[in-house]
Amino acid sequence: MPDTDVRDDRRRVRGLDALELQPRRGTGERSAAETAGRIWAATWPKLAAVALVLLAWQAVVWSGWRTEFVFPGPDRVLPTLFREITTPEFWEAVQVTMRRALTGFALALVVGVIIGIAVSQFKPLRVAIGSLITGLQTMPSIVWFPFAMLLYGISESAIMFVIVLGAAPSIAGGLTSGIDYVSPSLLRAGQVMGLRGVQRYTVLIIPAALPMFVTGLKQGWAFAWRSLMAGELLVIINQQNSIGWALSQARQLNDAERLLSYIIIVLVVGIVIDVFFNWADRALRRRWGITGS
Amino acid sequence: MTTVTETPARTAAVEIQDISKVFGHGKGAVTAIDGMSVTVGTGEFLAIVGASGCGKSTLLSLVAGLEQPTTGSVDAGGHKVAMMFQEAALFPWLTVGANIEVPMKVNKVPRAERRKRVAELLDLVRLTGFDRKRPHELSGGMRQRVALARALAQDADVLLMDEPFGALDAMTRDILHDELERIWREKELTILFVTHNVREAVRLGDRVVLLSSRPGRVIDAFPVEGERPRRIDSVQIAEQAATITDRLREEVSRHA
Ligand SMILES: Nc1ncnc2c1ncn2[C@@H]1O[C@H](COP(=O)(O)OP(=O)(O)O)[C@@H](O)[C@H]1O
Ligand SMILES: [Mg+2]
Repeated sequence: MPDTDVRDDRRRVRGLDALELQPRRGTGERSAAETAGRIWAATWPKLAAVALVLLAWQAVVWSGWRTEFVFPGPDRVLPTLFREITTPEFWEAVQVTMRRALTGFALALVVGVIIGIAVSQFKPLRVAIGSLITGLQTMPSIVWFPFAMLLYGISESAIMFVIVLGAAPSIAGGLTSGIDYVSPSLLRAGQVMGLRGVQRYTVLIIPAALPMFVTGLKQGWAFAWRSLMAGELLVIINQQNSIGWALSQARQLNDAERLLSYIIIVLVVGIVIDVFFNWADRALRRRWGITGS
Repeated sequence: MTTVTETPARTAAVEIQDISKVFGHGKGAVTAIDGMSVTVGTGEFLAIVGASGCGKSTLLSLVAGLEQPTTGSVDAGGHKVAMMFQEAALFPWLTVGANIEVPMKVNKVPRAERRKRVAELLDLVRLTGFDRKRPHELSGGMRQRVALARALAQDADVLLMDEPFGALDAMTRDILHDELERIWREKELTILFVTHNVREAVRLGDRVVLLSSRPGRVIDAFPVEGERPRRIDSVQIAEQAATITDRLREEVSRHA
């Protein structure tokens, strides 16, 4: 008798679970055609946007608003661009610029994390620095360059200084708000389980704060990239090749085709990094079960 | 004004003696609990009911040691205490299995042992095979069972439950009552179960303690009659629940 009781109970629980779990959508294997269809559905609006921009650009050129000498159309810029990206100088320039971007961003990350942790730990510091961080974020970073050049001379350090000033506040802000908004019920659960000290951070606070931290990183990167471009145009170090230097060279030589080519490169780099951050953001949110996409 | 409630023939697992709890100071001070004494026997299933704001959650926090009483003492006699809430409060970035491992990590249980215990606990709450799922893939009732497994992973023998099934639908709650009762027996737990649902209290409790509101005090205690497992829709439960509800209504109308 009790044996059947137990089995009945178990079946009842299983049945309830099966009913309550939503049937998952699209669990089955996708066919190749379906996959291709999905990729196409995601891609064509982007291709259409590019086509639209090129068309509008060409239309402005055709309208004769400026001579083709200063404002060439895509028919002339795109071949220049493709020629440009096959030269070693181009890759050297991209390499120098990306190295600066990554070093600057890494520095900003370290500074931002230290400030973020300090601010979230010490109440008085929060009052003192909290609004300062917000204020710094609204500053156009180019304002700092004269001062940076005074401090560091015409050197890469001057650029790094401005990148850190531009990006670190966003990174620190993302971290502190991430830590501030950890759900109270999770904190209480952690307390009940006896999570304390370092373990409380590694097991609970840091993972819980991660999605907002990544949002801060993304914003910080945008500031870093802008600061770097401004810096490379302003602080030209020993004629060292870089994207910014190539831009100012092209202007001095009145080479509009090269100038526009490099503008396109800057745009593409920005988009690529943005896609990466969005991907990381979405992967995190999906894993954290934060719905809304 | 102290009502001492005794459980004869059982050694005490938790002794709550004449506690009071005041939040804040001066004019803004709130007396959540004032002169409350309860003795919970080892292995007892104690249900605590009262209107909202009567200090039920505060009482559990005091027993869990999350807060200190303003006066009086709480003695859990060296028992380990675990706690569950209305929200499962599982860590969303961890799998079900990893969630259950968290308290064992705190207690420095070796990895292989942790794995084994996770499998046992999942079996106990009837979620075998769900260890790789994430909390958001589960239903509310399943999440509460994971939370129960996680609480049991603390190796506690006193379990505090603060309206744990309050957010679930009636059918799920009914089944979870059976499950909780079975686990309480199997694991020989002492349970303090807070609810504002009188029937639920009578369905589960060996004894139902009724609290007054503002300040919280014990106003009555009812031993529950009837063989386990009881059915929540049985006449016997309905009758006992009616008696307690009347007493609760009387108490609430005092605040009119
Ligand atoms: N941390 C706190 N600070 C101030 N007042 C509190 C706090 N916690 C609870 N209270 C007050 O104590 C009383 C009892 O609260 P609580 O224990 O949550 O009641 P219940 O769980 O029975 O609804 C309420 O009036 C509530 O406002
Ligand atoms: Mg409560």
